Amino acid sequence: MFSNLAQLVRYRSLILSLVSRELKARYRGSVLGFLWSFINPLLLLGIYSFIFTTIMPNRVEGVQPYSLFMLCGILPWTWFAASLTEASGSLIAGGNLIKKVLFPAEVLPIVSVLANMVHFFLALPIVVLFLVAYRHPPDALDLLWFPVAVLVQLVFTTGLALVLAALTVHFRDIRDILANVLMLWFFSTPIIYPWFQKEVAPYKLFFDLNPFTHLAISYQEILFFSDAIGHWRWLLALGAASIGIFLAGYWLFDRLRDSFAEVV
Amino acid sequence: MTPAIELTQVTKIYRRYSGRQFATLKSALLQRSILRDLSPADTFPALQDVSFSVAPGQTYGVIGRNGSGKSTALKLVAGITKPTSGRVSVRGRISALIELGAGFHPEISGRENVFINGIMLGLSKREVAERFDEIVEFAELENFIDAPVKTYSSGMYMRLGFAVAIHVDPDVLLVDEVLAVGDEAFTHKCFDKFGEFRRRGKTILLVTHSLSVVERFCDEALWLDGGRARTHGDPKRVVDAYLSEVEKSEEALLAATTSRAVEAASKRADGAATEAPGAAPGAGGEVSEGGRAAASAATGAVVAGPAGGELQNMFQAVEGRWGSREIEITHVTLLDKEQQPSFVFHSGDPMAVRLDIVAHAPSTDFVFGVSLFNADGVCCYGTNTFIEQMDPRSLEGEVKVTFAIDSLDLVEGTYKLDVAVHTCDGYPYDYHRLLYTFRVKSRTPDVGIYRPHHRWSFSPGVRFKGDPS
Repeated sequence: MFSNLAQLVRYRSLILSLVSRELKARYRGSVLGFLWSFINPLLLLGIYSFIFTTIMPNRVEGVQPYSLFMLCGILPWTWFAASLTEASGSLIAGGNLIKKVLFPAEVLPIVSVLANMVHFFLALPIVVLFLVAYRHPPDALDLLWFPVAVLVQLVFTTGLALVLAALTVHFRDIRDILANVLMLWFFSTPIIYPWFQKEVAPYKLFFDLNPFTHLAISYQEILFFSDAIGHWRWLLALGAASIGIFLAGYWLFDRLRDSFAEVV
Repeated sequence: MTPAIELTQVTKIYRRYSGRQFATLKSALLQRSILRDLSPADTFPALQDVSFSVAPGQTYGVIGRNGSGKSTALKLVAGITKPTSGRVSVRGRISALIELGAGFHPEISGRENVFINGIMLGLSKREVAERFDEIVEFAELENFIDAPVKTYSSGMYMRLGFAVAIHVDPDVLLVDEVLAVGDEAFTHKCFDKFGEFRRRGKTILLVTHSLSVVERFCDEALWLDGGRARTHGDPKRVVDAYLSEVEKSEEALLAATTSRAVEAASKRADGAATEAPGAAPGAGGEVSEGGRAAASAATGAVVAGPAGGELQNMFQAVEGRWGSREIEITHVTLLDKEQQPSFVFHSGDPMAVRLDIVAHAPSTDFVFGVSLFNADGVCCYGTNTFIEQMDPRSLEGEVKVTFAIDSLDLVEGTYKLDVAVHTCDGYPYDYHRLLYTFRVKSRTPDVGIYRPHHRWSFSPGVRFKGDPS
């Protein structure tokens, strides 16, 4: 397993070129091209903002301007959810490669995660735009934690992506189950509501067990709240756990590797 | 010298999907069979106990019927799948021409795809850049390299895939039936490239149905049959062994086809006869009416009436059997040069058609006829005893009639046979239309219907390679 992991480093140029191909191919033929990376989250944000500031206004103290607060959580979530959705189908979509070419299969889910990370980065200027527009400067020192949060999320997501990709080859239902699980997961993570809202308190244990809670809170503290980050211990703990998840995911993937070419 | 490719007692067992194409999580959970489903249960051996080794610099051919395990063997060597048991070892960089352009993304340009494909096959970005012009030139795509691959024709797609794969500069090249990727000129280029590989001492493993390629190119060949190695060694010998086996199974197939056709036709004819008892001599029932026309037509216009409608029947390739059965053809046998029953003949060999005939009542009016049709339904030859001016005197009891051809001068193909007994004016006793199938094989891929006995001669000044000079 570890020798295979080491091989991954050798495949970095393959991974990079596949990621760039993925990005290029995605918007090829569309009029707006890369602009969609901005427009998609903006539209999503517009919808949520309209609902939660006009239809069902969220007036919790401390999360105004609400659109900006929500944006800090939604962008990482979009990266996470899209990565898992794409990764779970990646081996089936890349079946031709696995069956006909000597090709390291783990590259495919990893490319899904990385391509969506690039989309996440491309959407960050929107956050900057909002921060400037609302004159809502984040704490400068907190920003140093931003790469840490991204790294933790990357490892965590990749681990899950490997598991899902490997299992989906054998059980195609996972793709449908996943869509629903992600929906539930989104609403049970403090993204469109703050974690300190009083209604959340009774379920604190449940929220603490949700790994994405800690990522969402970290992003919100780093980008939105002006006081120093208070959640860094949780973030680092999640980071440690993510390494475990990644290794376990890779182990499972490696175990099932030989079956891919036959089952896909 | 250590072999470049070595398979030692390799067995590959595939899982067979019993009824259910896609496993579902629900059923797995319900039946608590997750673990069982992830381990093979119902299995199918694709390769069994196959061993062979290829020395560096050799070109090794693998032949065999569809489903004999050739492609599995290639995938094992390529490392795409792992053997269930046994050992596969390969020395050096491999490039597999298995699925050309497998990694191409339709939306992006040929140029970008060349880079990604090259990297996938193990080159670095710089190495691809160095070979880029050569690849594009080889694929003959200079004008289209910046267009998205989805706009390529399938030939362009394959050529580009081939060009990338062959420029990976492997030590071991695996080729699976990809020589048919382009026009004549491109195929030549591919063969030239293979030749160049051989000269540079690279190892080639070739899986193909083209036996002439194996004979011409390979140093050694392996014949796989049902997942087992039947024989290996000198390509000529292996190909010959394979061909004679193919002939045998073809024979069995043709024998089955023929006996089925005869049985079905006889049943239909019997049924028609009992349904319409009026279809006896002279009554002119539908069956004998059509039969008369066909009989006359097939055995020659000499006997046929002047009406044009009758002649049309000659082109109706409908198999069947009809006639009054006063004189019956009970059995038809095709005999080869050793007088053995056979269904496969070589062009130029003798062939005989033997009819076992029973005359239920003595007769003084009878004609025996035979005609040959090719697969397109074109009559290649037809004759009968009447045309050849044999005047019938008497026929009674069980007799045998043999129509012997000294030299079967037909081109390769599948042929069908009409045999008939009828009266001199065409009224059928027993007419067997297109019931007997046989195959003519030829080592010369000449075309047409008929191969006249021929010989080429040249005045001095014309020379061919391999001439004794």
